[in-house]
Order: sequence, then C-alpha cells, then structure tokens
Amino acid sequence: MRIVVVGGGPTGLAAADAAARAGADVVLVDSEPRLGGQYHRGTEQRVDPRVRHLPDSTVWAAEGLRLHVRTGPADSPHRTGRVLDADALVLATGAHDRVVPFPGWDLPGVYTAGAAQALAKGQGVAVGRRVVVSGTGPFLLPVADSLVRLGSEVTVLEANGLTGWARHPRAVLANAGKLGELAGYASLLRRVRTRSAVVAAHGEDRVTSVTVARLRPDWSVRAGTRIAVDAVCVGHGFTPRLELAVGLGCRLEDGFVRVDATGATSVPGVYAAGEITGIGGADLAAAEGAVAGAAAARAPDPPTGALRAVRRGRQFAAALAAAHPVPSGWHGWLTPDTLVCRCEEVTVRDLDVALDLGAADGRTLKLVSRAGLGPCQGRMCGRAVADLAAARLGHPLPDADAFHRRPFATPLRLGELADTPLHPEEEL
Amino acid sequence: MRITVDGEPHDVPDGRTLAGVLIAAGRVSWRTTRNGGRPRGAFCGIGVCFDCLVVVNDVPDVRACQRFPVDGDTVRTQRGAELPG
Repeated sequence: MRIVVVGGGPTGLAAADAAARAGADVVLVDSEPRLGGQYHRGTEQRVDPRVRHLPDSTVWAAEGLRLHVRTGPADSPHRTGRVLDADALVLATGAHDRVVPFPGWDLPGVYTAGAAQALAKGQGVAVGRRVVVSGTGPFLLPVADSLVRLGSEVTVLEANGLTGWARHPRAVLANAGKLGELAGYASLLRRVRTRSAVVAAHGEDRVTSVTVARLRPDWSVRAGTRIAVDAVCVGHGFTPRLELAVGLGCRLEDGFVRVDATGATSVPGVYAAGEITGIGGADLAAAEGAVAGAAAARAPDPPTGALRAVRRGRQFAAALAAAHPVPSGWHGWLTPDTLVCRCEEVTVRDLDVALDLGAADGRTLKLVSRAGLGPCQGRMCGRAVADLAAARLGHPLPDADAFHRRPFATPLRLGELADTPLHPEEEL
Repeated sequence: MRITVDGEPHDVPDGRTLAGVLIAAGRVSWRTTRNGGRPRGAFCGIGVCFDCLVVVNDVPDVRACQRFPVDGDTVRTQRGAELPG
C-alpha cells in the first residue's frame, strides 16, 4: 500500500519512518529543499532510505486521497505538475507563528520570531543588531539564543508571567528533557522581562523604535516606554496549518484536527499528527508522527514507546497552553488605522465598518472587508479578525473555520493550473 | 554565485534564500503594497505570509524567503500588483 506523508518536519519524518518500517511504499512530500521542517532547520535530517522524498514540492490541492503537487523552485512558473494517489495520507503540515496585530507591525524590520529563527539558524543572517523579541511562549528563547550567537543585542519580552508553569509540576517533571533544553538558555534569562510586550512599532519606511509596555495579566497596557531598535521579532504562539485537513473534510475540535489515539481523523484513510492536532513541540510531534505513520501503514504492533511519549507530551502541551495564553487585552493596543489584514491593507476601522454593515459570519466579513482575501489567504490575519469580530459581536463567528478554508491550499499561477496532469504517475 | 538586485551586483553564498541575501546586505524592504504603496520585506520568513514578494527574471510574485537564487538571476523590487513579462 502507498502512504503519502505531507510535511518533512519532525512529525512527517517520524511518520514516514514508521510507515516504511511497517512495509508500506512511502512518499514524503515537502515544500523545502531539505528535510527537517522549521524545527530542525540548519541541521541535516535523514529518513528511512526506502522512503521516496519529494523535495521542493507543494501540495496545492487534495481531492480525497489524490494530491495535486507542483515540484520546482518556489513560485516558479516552470514547476512540474504531479498527481499522487495514496491508500492513506498522513498530514504533518505543522504550524506557523501566530502574531497579534499592533500599530506598525507592517513596517519593514518587524518579523515573526520564526522568520528570525529561519534566517539565523538556517542561513546565519541576523535580522538586526538591536533586536527586541516579543510575544509569549518558550520558543522566544531559542530565537533570542540564535540572535545572540550572531552578535545581536537582544531583549526578550514575555507577555505572560512564568508562574503558570508552577501549576503543572507533573507535566514539567514528566518532560525533564524539555526542561534540560530550556536550561540551555539559562544565560538568556537575564534578558527576559515578563508581563511586557511590544505594543507599537514606529518608523517611516522601516522600524526605528518600539513602544514597550508593562502589561496586566489580561495584556491590557499599564505603562509604556519607547526604545530604539532596528528589528522586532514577534510570536504569540502558533497557528496550525489546517487547509489540507479542512479541505479534506476532517472534523476540527477547539481549532485543531480531531484525531483518535492512532492519529486517524474523521475521514477514512486520512491521518493527522503534530502541531495540526495541538501545539506541543517537536518531541510530541515526532511521537504522534510515529503513531500515525504506523497506523496508516497498518503496522501489526502498536508503537508502545511512541504512545507513551504522546501521553507524556500531551501533558506538557496542556501546561504550555495554560501558561502562555493570548488574552484579549491586545485589542486595546490597536488604533482605528492599525492594519489587521496585511495583504489587503484592511484596517481596524474597515473591519468595524463591515461589522456595522451587518457582517456576522466569517465568510461575509471576508467578502465585505476583504480581510483574508489576499495572497496569504487569511493565514496571517484570520485568527485576529475572528477574535476582534467575536469581541465586537459578543459571540464567536459561527463559521470559525472560514479562515482555514482554502480550496487552493497555496497560490498557484493560472498557467500551472492549466498544466495540471489529469492522471497519476504510475512510477515516480 | 552572483545575482543582480535592482541593478546592483550581489555575491550569494550557497544555501541562502533571496530574503537572506537581501537582509544580509542591509535591505529591509523590496516590495510596495498595491493600495498604500507602502514598503514591505520579509515577515514570516517561512513562506506563509507572501509579504516578501519580488520580481525574479521578469516573473513577479516570487517569495524571496523561499526562493534560492541561481547564478545570473536578475531580481528587482515589485511595485504593487505586477503582471508577468
């Protein structure tokens, strides 16, 4: 049987390995030239030699167990079209940084924390000399570490306190490995200010300074001061990359793909693992990948070690979510002119106008305000738009997955669409 | 490996994306927005935000953070929405 794994990060690597060990014919499709995903960037990763790895390959649509793929240099009109049929799919599409908007977040020199990490760890490029890393969660530390190693002067602002972790001693102790990983960043802790955040970026054609504010626990602003910077890196947790799962009709639960203990989604033959099923870091993601890969390939014996690691990792994930929430006080950081949707340049004011006109669901809100209709397809603004609309309306949007619905999972040139092969390849 | 960016020659080390090349050279923006004409450069750095679009060999809408340049590439700033050609 053929298993197609989508995504070459820790989850996809483990899933492909497990499925290959179970004797399946495995194809691993990944959009990057090298395996490892965002987590392992800069270090070489290997996969079972029986796995056929398709690098530089983007899945732009899924029709049941048939995937449409383009292979070649990013966004080149000369990529090769491919149709892949699978007996089972493992979705391991991961997550990207979540960023809450603030005035000036569209200025050049403001990056996501993930961007700074990809440039620093993957390419040895520092985004600036005087850098503020702002947001919430343990991921801010490795980003700061990478920048410090490149000689940047770094300040880290954690919007929450650190006491949240103390309420989950079992989860912390059961994941001592994680603790060790964080202990490696101990020397960075003197650079960390808690209950603080960048709440505005300033400059003409690039960021030159930021307003750093002391925050209350709900993230409303106590008081701010202005400091000079040449780059800002922001990350307020992560957003799962759900478009393929949503396109395939997989049920969601609390914003993630719902899976059973084997990684099976609500759609027969479709498995999901890693950050699209809940944010918990690379160890948990890899364990979930191993479980889902084995199940998809119908391995005779359940991978007991991986199942144990999943249980342990999910405790950590729950503690992580509890210790690093994103409360709605950030709504107060915005002005009417603040961009919410970067692509279509839709401001808070534009969003309010659409809501005043009666838009009360995600789809209407998109069509009236244009938020989420640009080339990023709502990836950057979707959650912020849904949060702001819910606060204004007094109830959550009824179609919360509207901002994950992308029949084209990634933008495609019209010529490429016309050039789509009609039949799957017999041999790769 | 050598490419030109807005007419200026740039040496490109192996394994560096266009965004990496531009940022290492001190640039922060290489696109203007369609409505406001505002400058933009890299933001998400991992191919999801489409803010870092640039024109490569007369083809617009190429994500600089995802594209690995090849020798001789001609790269220029993208102004608003551009058609290929």
